[in-house]
Amino acid sequence: MAEIRNYTLNFGPQHPAAHGVLRLVLELDGEVIQRADPHIGLLHRATEKLAETRTYLQNLPYMDRLDYVSMMCNEHAYVLAIEKLLQIEVPLRAQYIRVMFDEITRILNHLLFLGTQALDLGAMTVFLYCFREREDLFDCYEAVSGARMHAAYYRPGGVYRDLPDSMPQYRAQHSRNARVLGEMNANRQGSLLDFIEDFTKRFPACVDDYETLLTENRIWKQRTVGIGVVSPDRAKALGFSGVMLRGSGVEWDLRKKQTYAVYDKVDFDIAVGLNGDTYDRYLVRIEEMRQSNRIVKQCVDWLRANPGPVITANNKVAPPSRAQMKSNMEELIHHFKLFTEGMHVPEGECYAAVEAPKGEFGIYLVSDGANKPYRLKIRAPSFPHLAAMDEMSKGHMIADAVAIIGTMDIVFGEIDR
Amino acid sequence: MSPRLLRLHDSLEKILRIKPKEHLGELTLEVKAAEYKDIAQKLRDHPDLRFEQLTDLCGVDYSTYGDRPAGSESRGVSFAAVLHLLSFTHNWRLRLRCFCPDDAFPVLSSVVEIWPGVNWYEREAFDLFGIVFDGHPDLRRILTDYGFIGHPFRKDFPISGHVEMRYDPEQKRVIYQPVTIEPREVTPRVVREAHYGEDK
Repeated sequence: MAEIRNYTLNFGPQHPAAHGVLRLVLELDGEVIQRADPHIGLLHRATEKLAETRTYLQNLPYMDRLDYVSMMCNEHAYVLAIEKLLQIEVPLRAQYIRVMFDEITRILNHLLFLGTQALDLGAMTVFLYCFREREDLFDCYEAVSGARMHAAYYRPGGVYRDLPDSMPQYRAQHSRNARVLGEMNANRQGSLLDFIEDFTKRFPACVDDYETLLTENRIWKQRTVGIGVVSPDRAKALGFSGVMLRGSGVEWDLRKKQTYAVYDKVDFDIAVGLNGDTYDRYLVRIEEMRQSNRIVKQCVDWLRANPGPVITANNKVAPPSRAQMKSNMEELIHHFKLFTEGMHVPEGECYAAVEAPKGEFGIYLVSDGANKPYRLKIRAPSFPHLAAMDEMSKGHMIADAVAIIGTMDIVFGEIDR
Repeated sequence: MSPRLLRLHDSLEKILRIKPKEHLGELTLEVKAAEYKDIAQKLRDHPDLRFEQLTDLCGVDYSTYGDRPAGSESRGVSFAAVLHLLSFTHNWRLRLRCFCPDDAFPVLSSVVEIWPGVNWYEREAFDLFGIVFDGHPDLRRILTDYGFIGHPFRKDFPISGHVEMRYDPEQKRVIYQPVTIEPREVTPRVVREAHYGEDK
């Protein structure tokens, strides 16, 4: 009788469903996965080592490039760590702006998850719808920081500048007549806050649209229900966080449990799954988008009513205003020292974590009192998720591996760092 | 210290008989390599501690640190593993630090049996710092290239690395050669004396 051996398949690193540069070595028995061995590190840039050779401010833009679909949440963890060591107060308005942009980022991230997950499982339309809404949110990023993705907007002590009073507008083109142009710019006539408020009004209907396409869709359910089931205890032991944990029914959200910024002042609910499968995690993310929309709305209302400073007045940490710097010797010296030597963070170590869209994003910062970090460890949420790939995909069919990679919502910028 | 933190502080002192250090609302426990695994087991299983999750494990190279963390007993050795633990039951966090006794061959016992999620973190610390975790089922390199030599996050490893890769048109393949760039420091690293810049 012929000997039957397992078949080894190399999946990626150029496979479109690998979400970046994942090389997955699959050991198959027929079409059933016996063992999955992810090979990571193809995007390793040694961010943590680089951070040791640059000043605290120079390191900030690297944070955007870690999880490059939830940029501002990464910055948030980094500035929180520095602020904790420096023990400085952040103005309340800056904290509200941060919360608002954290939630905009969460919607951005979940829209990308939804679009790509649906695309991987064979639904094209959802992808197009999701990217339409993402475009509006990128415009918010652009209005506030000048960059669509890598914003570098949060700074130690606050945010870089206050919200702008006008939105960038579409310009005339040979393919757009005056009527179309007017429609495109209709919600861009006021300030950024007006634009965001308009977005929060139309976004719930958009989420309803995605749900009509997927939630009761028979193919979608066949591909996701019962796939990649993780029990609550196992999810805790494997180091899961964020949606991967809540999808398994663990009610755990750092925004509520270990609150930071002004999350204790806004009203929202935590969505929790029941079965811990791919479908439940999809439902949790859908509900999180609705909750994020609620938080954004509350922040908009608060920010409208409460003007004020958006960055600390401590010139050892934040630069003085241009006008003061040009006219005042003391401010000029502060400006010069801050941008040549950088800020000094007192000796010590701390761990600051935020509830990033993918889970707990943490920064462990060790400072020996220099102008550069002594050691910066980035705790990326996707790292332990992908580590559990073997356990989650064992016994599933090869097509389900794609669903499991999608449901983990991995981004290699942060796994490989 | 908040009441919750005080409760954790007291139960740690009672159960493990080690006094944790408090700084900025975080507790740090420093343990000896010999007791590391037993303490990890107690931290997870004792009903008054219940650290169900290991959030993070990372290596740290203290060899160029100006002054070792205050009160550290492990002066003279460089490599440490720093663990961040989280308890869902009690909603508290703890930092656990364990120095490796020998710099030439840093070894610690693996805690993968206690927290299965630590598997890749220990591989990472092995890859980047060369800390060997005794009892780890599959201690391969994880982030660096296949066939990489050295441990890049050690302080004596240059930021530019030792080798660079290019395509050689004569041999018609990719080759490795010693690096041709010099590392340069744009902003020098400065540690100021205490109370520098404060008003007299």
